[in-house]
Amino acid sequence: MASVNRRVLPGFSLSLGYTVFYLSVLVLLPIAACFAKASSLSLDAFWGAVWTARARSAYLLTFGASFVAAFSNLFLGGLIAWVLVRYKFPGKRIVDSIVDLPLALPTAVGGLVYSSLYVKRGWLGRFLVPLGIQGAYTRLGIVLVLVFVGLPFVVRTVQPVLQDFDPESEEASSTLGANRWQTFYTVILPALLPALITGFALAFARCIGEYGSVVFVSGNMPFKTEIAPILIVARLEEFAYGEATAIAVLLLTTSLVMLVLINWLERWSRRYENR
Amino acid sequence: MKTGEQIGISKHPPDGQEIVSERRAQKDPAWVQWSLTAIALVVVGVLIVVPVVNVFAEALADGVGVYWKNLFADPDTLQSITLTLSVVPIALLANVLFGVSAAWAISRFSFPGRTLLVALIDLPFAVSPVVAGLMLVLIFGLQGYLGEFLRRDGYSIMPYLISTLGAVLAIVGYFLFRPSNAHARRGLWKHPFLVLLVGGSAVFGILFFVQDYWTLWPVHKSLKIIFAFPGLVLATAFVTFPFVARELIPVMNAIGPEEELAAVSLGANGWQMFWHVTLPNVKWGLAYGVILCNARAIGEFGAVYVVSGHIAGKTDTMPLRIEKLFQEYNLPGAFALASVLTLVAVLTLFAKSKLERKAPSVVSVPEANHTGGQV
Amino acid sequence: MSILIRSVSKRFGNFVALDNVSLEVPSGSLLALLGPSGSGKTTLLRIIAGLEVADQGSVLHHEQDITHYSARDRKVGFVFQHYALFRHMTIAGNIGYGLRVRGVPKPEIATRVNELLRLIRLEGLGTRYPSQLSGGQRQRVALARALAAKPSVLLLDEPFGALDAKVRQELRQWLRKLHDEIQVTSVFVTHDQEEAFEVADQVVVMKTGKIEQVGTPAEVFERPANAFVMDFLGNVNVFHGRVERGKAVTHSGMEVAYADYTHAEAQDAEFYVRPHEFDIRRHKNGDASLEAKILHVNPTGPLIKVELQAVASEQVINAELTAERFGELNLKSGETVFVSPRRVRVFFPDYSI
Repeated sequence: MASVNRRVLPGFSLSLGYTVFYLSVLVLLPIAACFAKASSLSLDAFWGAVWTARARSAYLLTFGASFVAAFSNLFLGGLIAWVLVRYKFPGKRIVDSIVDLPLALPTAVGGLVYSSLYVKRGWLGRFLVPLGIQGAYTRLGIVLVLVFVGLPFVVRTVQPVLQDFDPESEEASSTLGANRWQTFYTVILPALLPALITGFALAFARCIGEYGSVVFVSGNMPFKTEIAPILIVARLEEFAYGEATAIAVLLLTTSLVMLVLINWLERWSRRYENR
Repeated sequence: MKTGEQIGISKHPPDGQEIVSERRAQKDPAWVQWSLTAIALVVVGVLIVVPVVNVFAEALADGVGVYWKNLFADPDTLQSITLTLSVVPIALLANVLFGVSAAWAISRFSFPGRTLLVALIDLPFAVSPVVAGLMLVLIFGLQGYLGEFLRRDGYSIMPYLISTLGAVLAIVGYFLFRPSNAHARRGLWKHPFLVLLVGGSAVFGILFFVQDYWTLWPVHKSLKIIFAFPGLVLATAFVTFPFVARELIPVMNAIGPEEELAAVSLGANGWQMFWHVTLPNVKWGLAYGVILCNARAIGEFGAVYVVSGHIAGKTDTMPLRIEKLFQEYNLPGAFALASVLTLVAVLTLFAKSKLERKAPSVVSVPEANHTGGQV
Repeated sequence: MSILIRSVSKRFGNFVALDNVSLEVPSGSLLALLGPSGSGKTTLLRIIAGLEVADQGSVLHHEQDITHYSARDRKVGFVFQHYALFRHMTIAGNIGYGLRVRGVPKPEIATRVNELLRLIRLEGLGTRYPSQLSGGQRQRVALARALAAKPSVLLLDEPFGALDAKVRQELRQWLRKLHDEIQVTSVFVTHDQEEAFEVADQVVVMKTGKIEQVGTPAEVFERPANAFVMDFLGNVNVFHGRVERGKAVTHSGMEVAYADYTHAEAQDAEFYVRPHEFDIRRHKNGDASLEAKILHVNPTGPLIKVELQAVASEQVINAELTAERFGELNLKSGETVFVSPRRVRVFFPDYSI
């Protein structure tokens, strides 16, 4: 990274000052307020808010559904990235752009349409419901919409790595006697692993916080299809700010800790590079 | 950006100029190629294409006339469109200013805590939008830390706010137009600290006096932020602020400071350097960040949902209006509004792929830029 | 005969990489494919390895047609210019990879890997990763990896191309010694004629998809088949002129005997003289010579390089003298002397193009 002496280019203190100020007002202050509010609760009150049976089932659903969705994305996204980089087919460019749609489409629209697709009369539900697959107002519906929301993350992290992958490695593997499958899982997959982990983490983090789309498809039944962000909103609507904040702090801390953890995991998976 | 023609062309073509079109060792058996492609297309089709088509099909199910009526005959829906169109540009402008200044500081200078700053910029990605909205409620809401003050005499901070803004703008302007060459500085250009102190206080004082003298702001009136327009702007800005910065930082890193150094050495002042050199270089990256930020801002739901208070016809943005129509079992109305947002999303993708061809250094997902990344 | 290549052609789009090439690689030999960029030498190597398929022609290995075999079925060892080591595997993992994918039992792999680590003098580094090794060490690992499964042919693509001069020199001698020890049929690609001469038993000179000459280093250097080979294998001075009646006469007026052409009818020809094949004299004697002015003397190195300009034709001539001869003559810039070739090679311009 080419950095310049502060005296040579103008605007160092100006830009840094503004950046830090904006960041503090918009991000750090609110987060601090959140933790301050939570710490003003007594330990019992805090515990009472975050560890009710309803909250526990909401956490379980949030993390469980997010994990299942992100894990599915690992395979679906990896597959799509592979096909987009390695194969030629008509309309490839369009497919490549379409993959980003979940990032650009308002989550409310995603939720709305997913809630109508999988009902009995919906376009996909008319085939699936007779088979006993209920994709609307169920946990499956939540997972489905989270898969939709998280899909671009794995594709877009794996794609550039696969593109830059040194073809000589595959040739070397092939001259050494490996078949295509052996080459894939001993040479290509380990090289893609860091990107896969990153993509998984990003999708997972996004899914945990997701609210807009889930609120449409879940039906929001406590103990059944209520995720943690929905619970927070429910508490807020009861004007139970303390309890809402307590759950929010738990959610916030978990996702931060998890991101640090996965960051570390990703670094570990790159341990063989440039030491 | 990712064309099939690139496949198999190595970065070191053997024998210098020889071209290796298709690496034999990289080829999969035809049946593998076909089945994987088919599965991928089915996944994309079921997860993405079918839903998008479904939005338009549902919206237009009862004909164009009904569609039109659903969109424009309902005053609350109309109001939600206007509200979104006024919230988003403000949040966008704030985030562009932030993005440019953050990218400038981070890509051009090294300073202690730079890595931390980069990590902090990513923070909103790790925060649930609902939690983000909650944080704002905790500060500005009625029960919040500033709630009591805002309710009693909220507008009394406005003169301070406006005057500070004026003074800061004046100082920024001074530094932007100050000649970069020490020899070219004459008169007041030579005394930055004097100008900073005297000029800043003068601007602040004059603005404050003007507002105070004519009593521009209501006295002892409640200033509503939560459940009102400012809250919507704050929430939208919070959730979308990483986009511009995250697009610009890698682009500016890749371009490097040489051209700007040349401009400064030729006597350009800060503004001239930015306007003539930096901006033309990063314009596509900036445009890319702006359209991504715009798409997210328009569609933001969770944070806005918490701070809006769902006052129909007043604080419902388009996504919130969709939810309300959905709850009222007015599905045609919800889908009509959703189709407008889908159209925006499709246009965003279109613009995005155009920009990717213009500026190949731009990576398609901001998150993908820092794979080595920070939290 | 270990490898036999029969009339192989290969195109990439409009670019003809190989044009009807035939070649024999004797068992146990160390053969160099030498040529400039775009001469098709790497393509030929990759076709032997099975990394490319020839458009026409066939590749035989011990009388068996392997033209359409995949790389994996050919049991060749291939060493890539940029090593292509697997970054996420240890050195031992890299070397043992070829055995592992063929299902060799683990203890056997370990034994073989240790054997090879000793061979490439990297004992004890088996647990390191490629990123922790120097370029020369990585290239030795790449070689060991290619040798692990005991291939019948070893193919090396510009094996020393990415290394700096000193390491390259060491590795060349090491490769030569290694080949003498294990006697595996080897083919390597290079664009450096010095490298080819130093390492190989047989040199194949290629140009634009065709083989120009095959022979031992001495044969190729001493008796180049054509002007291209002569030019490519070292510095030359080119004189234009004609041959007639057993004589070769340059336009600048130098005349030497040329018994191969006795016709009376004159024919245009080019005369090639290597710098070290010139002698310089202060006075004219009976030998053919040119009067020339010394422009510059570079007295460093084992041979003293003298740059001269012919007085009549103003052609610049590069000559090399031994330090002894140079000391005898005591030449200075600006002096006028006589240069005479000890040996002249005559090539007729190729009108077929």
